[in-house]
Amino acid sequence: MLKIHNLTKRFGGLAAVNNVSIEFEANKINAIIGPNGAGKSTFFNLVAGAMAPTEGRIEYQGMDITGMACDRIARLGIARTFQTTMLFDQSTVLDNLIVGHRLRTQSRLWDVIINSKRLRDEEKKCRARAQEVLDFVGLSHIGHRITADISQEEKKRVAFALALATDPELVLLDEPAGGINPEETENLAALIRKMVDHGVTVCLIEHKMDMIMSLADKIMVIDHGEKIAEGTPDEVKNNPLVIEAYLGSDEDAAA
Amino acid sequence: MSALTKISNFFMTPAMKIAMIVAALLFPFVAGNEYQIYVMALAFVWAIAVYGMNIITGLCGQLNLAHGGFFAMGAYALAILTVDHGWAFWPAFIAAGAVGAILGFLVGVISLRLKEHYFAIFTLCVGFIIYLLLDKWEELTHGALGIINIPAPSGFGLVDFTETTPFYYLALAFMVLSIWLASRIAHSLLGRTFLAIRISDDLAASLGINLMRNKVLAFVLSTTYASVAGALYAGMVRFIGPAEAEVTHTFDMITYLLVGGIGTLMGPLLGTLVITWLTQSLQFLEEYRMIVFGPMLVVLVIFFPKGVVGSFLSWRGRRLAAAHDASQAKEKAASNTSSSKSSAASTQEAGNHA
Repeated sequence: MLKIHNLTKRFGGLAAVNNVSIEFEANKINAIIGPNGAGKSTFFNLVAGAMAPTEGRIEYQGMDITGMACDRIARLGIARTFQTTMLFDQSTVLDNLIVGHRLRTQSRLWDVIINSKRLRDEEKKCRARAQEVLDFVGLSHIGHRITADISQEEKKRVAFALALATDPELVLLDEPAGGINPEETENLAALIRKMVDHGVTVCLIEHKMDMIMSLADKIMVIDHGEKIAEGTPDEVKNNPLVIEAYLGSDEDAAA
Repeated sequence: MSALTKISNFFMTPAMKIAMIVAALLFPFVAGNEYQIYVMALAFVWAIAVYGMNIITGLCGQLNLAHGGFFAMGAYALAILTVDHGWAFWPAFIAAGAVGAILGFLVGVISLRLKEHYFAIFTLCVGFIIYLLLDKWEELTHGALGIINIPAPSGFGLVDFTETTPFYYLALAFMVLSIWLASRIAHSLLGRTFLAIRISDDLAASLGINLMRNKVLAFVLSTTYASVAGALYAGMVRFIGPAEAEVTHTFDMITYLLVGGIGTLMGPLLGTLVITWLTQSLQFLEEYRMIVFGPMLVVLVIFFPKGVVGSFLSWRGRRLAAAHDASQAKEKAASNTSSSKSSAASTQEAGNHA
């Protein structure tokens, strides 16, 4: 589904992502882990088109999307969530989700002025899709609430729903379980699995190891911008390079 | 239902809109003197420009500090075309709107490449450049002398818009039209698209929204509103000078927005009316009225950062959500106890008998 070839991003002299190649399969949960500052979020930004890579190639469903603008990539079916959830606090939860399906609509200013049938149909479609994704993430009972008043975990779910409203095939989740408690983390993991069961491919960055090890089908480990390991959770867990990156080597300890 | 809920619900009904329009129609009959009608008409003209600002700043989140400049551009376009080139009022009026749209597009395409504060600072400079052009390009703009004898809107022999009351109704008509269009935009997918950009550029782009296209559209809409308002203003006061482009007008409009409620539908109108009449009633204090204004604005920004309308809407939204939750809980409780109800009822009956 997603093939990355020799991806590199340099900021001046610093290579935030250095020569990373990997392949993510469809209908799987793929995880990216690594210490803070390892280049995980930069990797996501490159895939989502938020920044252009210095070198390398990104192939999505056989199509070269390297350096393509973010909004075009979104229309091709790659959605994402951010580390900090960004929602409009003053409107209701459901209202927040309606814009999610905007990219699948055509209405322009003229439709708005004359209130065209196309606009009315598309607004109905967007609202229906919003309700659908709200049900999917299990929040239909709070759709009427003001977004400022819902819990952190609920906000995370709303962010998932917003990404799903774009009808994606691949969803990039940047630290979905950041800032929520262990029980909520389990619930969120169940939701991620449900997304995959419904045909969405997931790629996530996460620091919570318990969650990753039980959830992921495939893990890529990045350190200092370079891929140091990839494989199943068990393979990665026992990889000496990974252990070194997380715990430091004996030499470090001696120094 | 409590009286409070009833009143707050009424504010959201079509009946409220009709009541407001009727009140505005009747205003000239209840106004004490012609001056009050004039002040109100002027407030309506400014309100049109504030609605424009609300589209780019309130909905789309881009703080445009050249707004007063575009207002002046509209006024000058109308004045130059009518006074120096002998155009009739209405063709010049339409041309003034077009000038606002075209200049807005050109400025927007360049300035919207910048984000946040950089965009605000850039547009502040654009506003100042507009002021300098109007002040220094004497062949075109008459320089510091300004332009006099601007014709009033032509009434086609039916009405005389040099009179205050007919002009009041003309301004009212344009303002209602402006609010109607603003409402269409705000409540449509387009308005939601702008709002997504206001939340965050990154979020909007990740939702497949073309940032540049939508921001430029919002900008052009706002500058068109501003120049149409400016053209009406020129037809009302009939004398304009470079001072119309001073940045203080832009900051006045921001104040109207903040007081009324940025990003809301009725906020721009409410803010403009409140501040205009407050200014009028504090006229006797002259420049010292800022001593009253300043602290009031500070208090407002601290305690009601969403403005009057914004605060009302979130208060109402919370009440509605709470009412919804309560009725859901009740339903749930009702369905849970329905099975045991009959037995409970019979016990109750027995108790009553006893």
